Amino acid sequence: MHVVDANPPRVILDAGGQAPLLPVAREAFIAALDEGWADPRRLHAEGRRARLLLDGAREAIAAVVGARTDEVDLAPSHTAALHAAVRDVTRGRRRSGSDVVVSAVERAAVLNAAQFTAARSTTVQVTTAQVATAQSTTTHPAGSRVTVGVDRSGRVDADAFCQAVRQPGVALAALQHANGEVGTRQPVEQVHAAARSAGVPLLVDAGASLGHVDVGQSWDLLAAGAGDFGGPSGIGVLVTRTGVRRSPDRPEDEDRWFPGGVSVPAAIAAAVALQSAHADREQADRDRRALVDLLRRRVAAEVPDVDVVGDPEDRLPHVLTFSCLYVDGEALVTALDARGYAVGSGSACTSSALEPSHVLAAMGVLTHGNVRIALPRGTARHDVERFCDDLPGVVAELRDRAGVTGL
Amino acid sequence: MSEQPDGEVVDARGLVCPAPIVRLARAARGRPAGTLLTVLATDPAAEVDVPAWARMRGHTVVRSRREDDGVLAVTVQIG
Repeated sequence: MHVVDANPPRVILDAGGQAPLLPVAREAFIAALDEGWADPRRLHAEGRRARLLLDGAREAIAAVVGARTDEVDLAPSHTAALHAAVRDVTRGRRRSGSDVVVSAVERAAVLNAAQFTAARSTTVQVTTAQVATAQSTTTHPAGSRVTVGVDRSGRVDADAFCQAVRQPGVALAALQHANGEVGTRQPVEQVHAAARSAGVPLLVDAGASLGHVDVGQSWDLLAAGAGDFGGPSGIGVLVTRTGVRRSPDRPEDEDRWFPGGVSVPAAIAAAVALQSAHADREQADRDRRALVDLLRRRVAAEVPDVDVVGDPEDRLPHVLTFSCLYVDGEALVTALDARGYAVGSGSACTSSALEPSHVLAAMGVLTHGNVRIALPRGTARHDVERFCDDLPGVVAELRDRAGVTGL
Repeated sequence: MSEQPDGEVVDARGLVCPAPIVRLARAARGRPAGTLLTVLATDPAAEVDVPAWARMRGHTVVRSRREDDGVLAVTVQIG
């Protein structure tokens, strides 16, 4: 008798932002609940042990990214790390300027923080020591978020970005290492050289890259989230090179850059996840790069009227995005989910704001019917092949149901 | 002076993606090359999706403008 499996095994193809927790990170997390439960600010033995574990996590992360331990700060999220980087550097450099240069395809956290900080003027009050009542007040004018466009593949115009960075009044430049939605890598080396010669710090959002590819040394601030490399949620990483001027844009706290600190067990699990990802990075790159090549080829060949986007070569190993003409993105995600596949989407109907992905919009590619794939480590080839086998039928069925076949 | 004609108007106001593109594609079906169609849309995705659809189908966007009431009007020449 033929038995139909009512519950197909789940195939996770949506590891962007939050990958499945790596088994070693899970073990480390559980062990740290016993070892590192205490408040690391306390002076007793348990508190000191938690502090030691937390510092060890920072040290391990520093070693992977090629930084000093005291350059690594842990944040409660990737978003918090990016917000703090933009806010604290623009505040620290308010005498140099208040413009923030960004690419059009940065994460919303970067774009929004740049808008937020650039748009407000800052007032600096200096109380002279000699006469306590005499204050000299300097108001720095509001700046702008300078947004540099991208080409059809999602790569920023490097010359335009460098030119924008060289203008007077720039407090900070921010360029992602690679785009997490479409996989395209950005020209961070060229931009960092221009920023350095202009004396402008460069924030590189390596959220989609860290643990997956070598993020290099072309940055002054580096941000990431542990969920992206198989760590737990609730840990962001911000690495700030010594010498980058920043000033806390928030009330005072013992944890100066991220008030309240972070969960010690989560920090340890994040560090273990990054070490593990770093150790098998080349193998994971080869395996997943081949699977994305397979996906790209088969989706383009077997699904009619599909826009497969992003740079096919100079890209992240695990990310692929495509859009199916006339198909509702939400219906597509739901239909694939019903067949056991977890995929993401940048279509407007899949976002609560009903706005399409700003990345796809900046690239000028189709935003509806969008499927965003980010393969977790260890994705099996047969699962990807099964997805490729099933996708054309799912898309055809949705088009038939909507009466758009042959349009 | 003569303003460039907009051709037939496809009213997709109030529809959300992918419905405006579907309505436009239906209107475009079987039209001879050179035909002008102007789609009116309020869906934020239409601003990107109409030109992307035109590119995929070999049509040309000849004009794109935002009306005073916020409605997007894109004129496409069938290729």
